Amino acid sequence: MDFNDTPQQAAFRTEVRSWLEANAERKVEGKRGLNRRIDSEKGLAIAKVWQAKKAAAGYACLGFPEEYGGQGRPLFDQIVYDQEEEQFDVPRSFFAIGLGMCAPTMMTYATEEQKQRHIPPMVSGEEVWCQLFSEPSAGSDLAGLGTRAVQDGDDWVINGQKVWTSGAHYSDWGILVTRHDRSLAKHKGLTFFFLDMKSPGVEVRPIKQISGASDFNEVYFTNVRIPDSQRLGGVGDGWTVSLTTLMNERLAVGGAPPPDAMDLFKLAASTQLEDGEPALADRAVREKVADWYVQAEGLRHIRSRALTALSRGEAPGPEASISKVVSAPKLQDISAYGMDLLDIGGSIIGDEAPADSAFQNGYLYAPGLRIAGGTDEILRNIIAERVLGLPGDIRVDRDKPFEDIPTGR
Amino acid sequence: MNFDFSDAQKALKKQTRDMLRSACDLTVPRRVFEDSSESYSKDVWAALVDMEAPATAIPEEYGGIGFGYLELCAVAEEVGRSLAPVPFSSSVYLATEAILMAGSEEQKKEFLSKLATGEAIGTFALSEGPGLVTANSLSVTYAGGKLQGTKSPVPDGDIADFAVVVAEGTTGSCLALVDLTGDGVSRKPVDTVDPSRSHAAITFDGAPAQLLGSEGAGWDLKNRVFDRAAILFAMEQLGGADACLQMAADYSRGRYAFGRPIGSFQAIKHKLADVYIRNELARANNYYGAWALSTDAAELPMAAAAARVGSIEAYQFASKENIQTHGGIGFTWESDCHLFYRRSKLLSLSIGSARVWKDRLVSALESRNAA
Ligand SMILES: Cc1cc2nc3c(=O)[nH]c(=O)nc-3n(C[C@H](O)[C@H](O)[C@H](O)COP(=O)(O)OP(=O)(O)OC[C@H]3O[C@@H](n4cnc5c(N)ncnc54)[C@H](O)[C@@H]3O)c2cc1C
Repeated sequence: MDFNDTPQQAAFRTEVRSWLEANAERKVEGKRGLNRRIDSEKGLAIAKVWQAKKAAAGYACLGFPEEYGGQGRPLFDQIVYDQEEEQFDVPRSFFAIGLGMCAPTMMTYATEEQKQRHIPPMVSGEEVWCQLFSEPSAGSDLAGLGTRAVQDGDDWVINGQKVWTSGAHYSDWGILVTRHDRSLAKHKGLTFFFLDMKSPGVEVRPIKQISGASDFNEVYFTNVRIPDSQRLGGVGDGWTVSLTTLMNERLAVGGAPPPDAMDLFKLAASTQLEDGEPALADRAVREKVADWYVQAEGLRHIRSRALTALSRGEAPGPEASISKVVSAPKLQDISAYGMDLLDIGGSIIGDEAPADSAFQNGYLYAPGLRIAGGTDEILRNIIAERVLGLPGDIRVDRDKPFEDIPTGR
Repeated sequence: MNFDFSDAQKALKKQTRDMLRSACDLTVPRRVFEDSSESYSKDVWAALVDMEAPATAIPEEYGGIGFGYLELCAVAEEVGRSLAPVPFSSSVYLATEAILMAGSEEQKKEFLSKLATGEAIGTFALSEGPGLVTANSLSVTYAGGKLQGTKSPVPDGDIADFAVVVAEGTTGSCLALVDLTGDGVSRKPVDTVDPSRSHAAITFDGAPAQLLGSEGAGWDLKNRVFDRAAILFAMEQLGGADACLQMAADYSRGRYAFGRPIGSFQAIKHKLADVYIRNELARANNYYGAWALSTDAAELPMAAAAARVGSIEAYQFASKENIQTHGGIGFTWESDCHLFYRRSKLLSLSIGSARVWKDRLVSALESRNAA
């Protein structure tokens, strides 16, 4: 065992670090810096400038092939870059869905010409992409979606509604799963496209989420025409194509924003309880800090194991799949407990709240993290079935024509 | 980044697993468990000695094979998986480590070679009955080269040849090395929740003993030995937790209720997914602990406590939910579920419970933060 970089990795790390030193500011502890309460329009503008700068210097999408705007470097180098960038105050990424999910799907299914047209502007941040999968009656059960696609000459005509579409309000392009045949079984009647979000008939309505911010949207389709050339995979292959996207989603999501165990440790060290002693002197508080520290460290070392596999050109082991199902509830619980330590003052959100309101913001953000990209429950199903080999759930809908499947609310 | 065991270490682990699978299936711990006249499995111990397991981390100059701690961790996981009823933890993680850490050159020469070959079994005596022992509450004393007082329960205290005893000396706490077969020592078996691992109450009445390390340093030495042992215990616990998960998953695929395997019910699936999650978090912390142990890293106290806390909880959770997954049959004497349930509790209390280690963890974080 050895946690050190290879000489090449170390040289690359030094190079990255000095580029970052020259082009960004180091993070200041307890401050969210550039990502502090700005609306998404302003935020996106700043993020695009940063992404373009990275792309120009060759640091955006290091692992992508060169012909699509990447550097063709080992995946490990991307991680080295990310580890270094994490220590700097850079804008939050608006490109994660595009680069993490849409680009790999395009790389697998789009034509050469389409890839050359679409992937480089994703890399440079000029074009932003979104994922139009979930619908009001199809979330965990994605294959239950009903947005209709009807072929009309060289086009398809789309009618229906998507929901929870992150970033649709500022996206240029989107990937879309539709139903082209309601008489087939649910997984069989699906067809997959990509489309221009400025197409006539696309209407994006922002949804206000718990925190009051609007990061996701409803997207309505009224007679939207998509050229058949923008179909990804065959007619009826929509489910298979979606799985490519979802597999990449599981690689892309995993971590959680602060506060983590050490943030709680610091809060507890600087907060007094009843007896005037720091909260951290209290046995009950210490136990909680210890529990979350053990979880956080466990996840950190699981990442090291995955990196080890990646640096050997192997796939990470199944343990890598537990990251989000641990980190999302941990974020929720740490946030709530940090607020408890502050007593009723813990309810204050804004300039007076410690740690730049990290605990209050975490409290309001965490519920979404437990749902997005596979709920806690769905992730447990996946671990039980794929890792432990337990039987699948009983399906009452699998082989029925889609139109005969009962629907509830 | 290379956070993985080497191929040779993996091969050693597999070799140990294969050996224990044939020499120590679950009928072996059960036999020791049920037969009060058999304190440990001499055959399994002999087989471990034969593959030089106790010598793994002892340097060659003291009669060991000088492999190192990553190798010892690999062996420990398999010992835990098989519920091997042998004095491995007492002799190897505790007695050997104490002598390596605090022994004089002479003591190392004398004792380590015997520990390496299994010629002698050592143990470590701290507890003085129900309740926490602290540096200020030690009642066993060491003065004028003699020990006085009672330690209980001492793991493998009925069979060990010598013990490292934490005692109150004339100028503070100390570690004392005592021949358990000599004068002034009487021992009596003590029943515990896990009879597959024997324990004893040992009363010293002027038993001659030699200092291990300096007077006054006893408590600190004990803590440092426990930091190292914690990681090895954690590996044993992980092996046991893994065995429970395997057992529960296998059972849930084959047991039917309501016309389908119980493993198809989400209450069972999610439970076992949770067991898996805890086991994998524990494994990751343990591997890091193994690295810290093998390199004597500055992170050792934090890594040890994290490994220990995570593994206590993983094994406790896995062993109780294994019984739950089995239903009524899991609650019977005949089922093997309770062997794990009992062992997991015993191991969760050896060298300090989770509450003790959580506090040590936060203390270690405090020292790191102050530095
Ligand atoms: C912040 C955020 C961003 C998102 N961004 C996007 C996006 O960009 N694009 C996109 O397409 N979607 C997006 N989503 C949607 C997300 O994928 C879905 O919300 C999620 O898959 C759950 O679906 P649902 O909301 O319909 O809940 P449901 O599927 O109705 O689930 C309701 C409850 O039932 C449980 N449940 C459902 N099925 C099962 C089962 N088989 N076993 C056990 N329990 C079950 C769930 O776990 C949950 O607790 C986003 C969601 C959030 C919160």
